[in-house]
Amino acid sequence: MAHDGHDHEGSELSPLALRVKALETLLTEKGYIDPAALDELIETYETKVGPRNGARVVARAWTDAAYAERLRKDATAAIAELGFVGRQGEHMVALFNTPDRHNVVVCTLCSCYPWPTLGLPPVWYKSTPYRSRVVIDPRSVLAEFGTALPDDTEIRVWDSTSEVRYLVIPMRPKGTEGWSEDQLAEIVTRDSMIGTAVLGSAA
Amino acid sequence: MNGPHDVGGMMGFGPIAPEKDEPVFHEPWERRVFAAALAMGATGAWNIDISRHARERIPAVDYWNSSYYEIWFKGLLRLLQEHGLASAEEISGSTPSLPPAKVKRVLTKDMVQGALAKGGPANRPLSTNAKFKPGDKVRTKNIHPTAHTRLPRYVRGHMGEIVLIHGTHVLPDSSAHGKGDDPNWLYAVRFTAKELWNKATPDTVMLDLWEPYLDPA
Repeated sequence: MAHDGHDHEGSELSPLALRVKALETLLTEKGYIDPAALDELIETYETKVGPRNGARVVARAWTDAAYAERLRKDATAAIAELGFVGRQGEHMVALFNTPDRHNVVVCTLCSCYPWPTLGLPPVWYKSTPYRSRVVIDPRSVLAEFGTALPDDTEIRVWDSTSEVRYLVIPMRPKGTEGWSEDQLAEIVTRDSMIGTAVLGSAA
Repeated sequence: MNGPHDVGGMMGFGPIAPEKDEPVFHEPWERRVFAAALAMGATGAWNIDISRHARERIPAVDYWNSSYYEIWFKGLLRLLQEHGLASAEEISGSTPSLPPAKVKRVLTKDMVQGALAKGGPANRPLSTNAKFKPGDKVRTKNIHPTAHTRLPRYVRGHMGEIVLIHGTHVLPDSSAHGKGDDPNWLYAVRFTAKELWNKATPDTVMLDLWEPYLDPA
């Protein structure tokens, strides 16, 4: 469904795209919305907010024990220290993975996700295959992401049913001793902060 | 309600198929639906629970056949009509647009960053004490309301253990129906894979559940 780059306004839009355009026109005419505000919202979530934010939180927690402690006690405040606040991150909890317990986050009822630290969720996170299966069969879900955990590791799946949002703090990979916070932030992936992936050893 | 959104534990939806280097939006219209839904929410005509419930009431077959942002679009159309902001005829274009309804505010470009930073905290003061503490055993109620709830089907009637006390939060079951915030204690409750699925793995599922969903066990 990717666009082919010949998207001339109007003439080649799908019926759905035309309906969306008509609705935006109607809402603008009625004075309910400001199209420039829509542009600003889109630009924010396409270019400013994303999983690089969450990676900063993780890298700080790995390199600063006092910060990690604050993150455990009050994740909302600790994450705000790095400037990541607001919508869909109003009530944050950080989940620290350990060798005995691996955390995974889902919203079985829809798509709740920590926007300030991870941005908008990927399609698979919002789709019924993931939402339905991760609670009943987390190991097969992780296997689809190439993630295998020992049989005796507890996989703890957090179903985001309230306005509390969860950020997984993956275990720091072996071989990263002495790395700077910036270097560490580079290797933290989005999926490791959702919990569908773990971080491999650094070569 | 036992709606199409409540899919935890269902089977038959196929592989997850994560996309490599996925863009934030896949089609230009998705951008506009996302932003229009946020901007309409900012008018104060409805709250987040009302908007969730609008999406959950999309007929099941339609819901499951719709992409994520199609669901948002269909939910938004419902909200506009149910709250008297636009008629079906105006939306379909069969009549010219009528004079607008009054809204509390209109989100302008200069307001966007402030509104996002402020967000919409769901915690509210409450003078009563929490009924449960971490370690307490609870059983979820076996309820099947036709209205909005955040107690998924797959945990109803099951034994769990209180792990965290999140504080006192807006109760979606009330808020989604315009009946006020009705703040209640909110807990993270742990259920074992054995309890939920009769599986002998060490795995667990945690859900955030409000006190009215829980009985002592």
